[in-house]
Amino acid sequence: MKLTDLTITQAHQGLKKKEFSALELCKAYLDKIKERDREIFAFLTVNTEKALSQAKKIDNLISAGKKLPILTGIPTAIKDNILVEGIKCTAGSKILEDYIAPYDATVIKKLKEEDCLILGKTNLDEFGMGSSTENSAFGPTHNPHDLTRVPGGSSGGSAAAVAANECVCALGSDTGGSIRQPASFCGVVGLRPTYGAVSRYGLIAFVSSLDQISPVAKTVEDTRIIFETIKGKDCLDSNSVEKPAPVKKLKIRELKIGVPKEYFVKGIDPEVAKVIKAAIKKYEEIGVKIEEVSLPYTEYALPAYYIINPSEASANLARYDGIKYGYSAKEAKDLMEIYLKSKGEGFGQEVRRRIILGTYSLSAGYYEAYYLRAQKVRTLVKNDFEKVFEKVDAIFTPVSPVLPFKIGERIEDPLPMYLVDVYTVPISLAGLPALSLPVGKAANLPVGLQIIGKPFEESKILEIGEIFEKTCPR
Amino acid sequence: MISEEEVKHIAKLARLGLTQVELKKMQKELSSILDYIEKLGDEDKSSSSATERAKASEGGKKGTFFDFAVARVKKVDISVENVMRNDEVRRLKPEVRRKIIEQAPETKAGYLKVKLILNK
Repeated sequence: MKLTDLTITQAHQGLKKKEFSALELCKAYLDKIKERDREIFAFLTVNTEKALSQAKKIDNLISAGKKLPILTGIPTAIKDNILVEGIKCTAGSKILEDYIAPYDATVIKKLKEEDCLILGKTNLDEFGMGSSTENSAFGPTHNPHDLTRVPGGSSGGSAAAVAANECVCALGSDTGGSIRQPASFCGVVGLRPTYGAVSRYGLIAFVSSLDQISPVAKTVEDTRIIFETIKGKDCLDSNSVEKPAPVKKLKIRELKIGVPKEYFVKGIDPEVAKVIKAAIKKYEEIGVKIEEVSLPYTEYALPAYYIINPSEASANLARYDGIKYGYSAKEAKDLMEIYLKSKGEGFGQEVRRRIILGTYSLSAGYYEAYYLRAQKVRTLVKNDFEKVFEKVDAIFTPVSPVLPFKIGERIEDPLPMYLVDVYTVPISLAGLPALSLPVGKAANLPVGLQIIGKPFEESKILEIGEIFEKTCPR
Repeated sequence: MISEEEVKHIAKLARLGLTQVELKKMQKELSSILDYIEKLGDEDKSSSSATERAKASEGGKKGTFFDFAVARVKKVDISVENVMRNDEVRRLKPEVRRKIIEQAPETKAGYLKVKLILNK
């Protein structure tokens, strides 16, 4: 087995048994990036020098017989909207092209405490705004399964890097589906944790009532390892909460899973539906009870999301003013002109579009009609899930209604791109955890099953995912 | 349909400089997005309460964000308790402070430099 094929657990065992050194492991991934990333473009920054010197230090620890935490020396990629001290953090935007992170995000601090090896920073749609990674100011990432297609977004760089074996695992973030949809498009595992389960200190803010830092990896087990490491309360993020007690071991025959009928109606690619239905059937065959359920407000979730998202984004992005940090327009005659030009020249098209849309829906006279109404719909969407969760342990749906599409296919007009998020957005609005699990292929492209859980029951949905991995090994 | 004047006004509120061509394009795109969003008007949602982020603590009841499903709360505010902390200054390490200030395009004596905003 090649070093670049290893999972976290396998690499950890290899390091422990001294089958290879941390330096050899690190070099294998840096070589892989050199070889493949020219055509994939998953990485915006490769942390070569620091990664190599850190790997040498880790080898010293190993030869000194130190106890190795599970993530020690594991080559990991980080989405470029999460701050890693001393390394550029661009958020995929020209406005932050030269921004060097002055401190570590809390999740990075936690990874570093285990001597996790940070390989580099990955591409994303500018500030997370997009579902294809085509909105990056630095160029699109390509899907490793078909280079003419998108890897999904916004964490397309992280998912593509894992799928192309350019890293063992990665961190991304999920606002309306930004980890789940790229994981599905690239055939890897992604977990959106419950809102508040992971600290967001040091994550560049986009939609504060939805953003969550999320792991992406090759297996469910690896995903669990990263999640367990990064979760927990942090006094620097008031929305973070203490981890609840672990759930008791699952019994397959007692499991009841809901399949909402609203997720299989018009708009879904029949090829995708076929793969998802086959996966659900597999669960049924081993004794899991499957039940049709209804989430009647599903169709209102997406329009509500596309009010809440730009509204909060417009407020969060007001900070890029050309004064404190980031791009600043030269040759401005007064302060107003610095603002107008820095934002106008520094932000990409989709970002400008959402700032305008968000400012509009928050402005006097429109707030009630848009933002407030959307927040009311949000409550109704949340109630839907609450009701269904009185009867079932988890919910199965597709992650995306479509297969990975061609680069350029949906980028011209904003609406077709927004519609791609239809199955992931309701879960974000309700604050629920969800796993994106590769369960098969259609036309040689990966398809992901979404496993939605009750708040803070990540452990349960991960276990449900593991059942599939064991029943149908890839 | 949103008017060009409205887009211009919103852009100014957002301090976002747009060219004439961009204004026109934005007007067209926003109108189609807003038409789509109008879907929300299909039904009366007045009986529902807006999802809120934080509420003042209710009689010392300890609650966490989104614990509604665990507790089967009938009322659906997503947060039960506000998060408070002491009003204390958190000192940054001098080198972190320096690194943050250094990100600014123009500085003077460790402060950010901005253009004059009040004229005589």
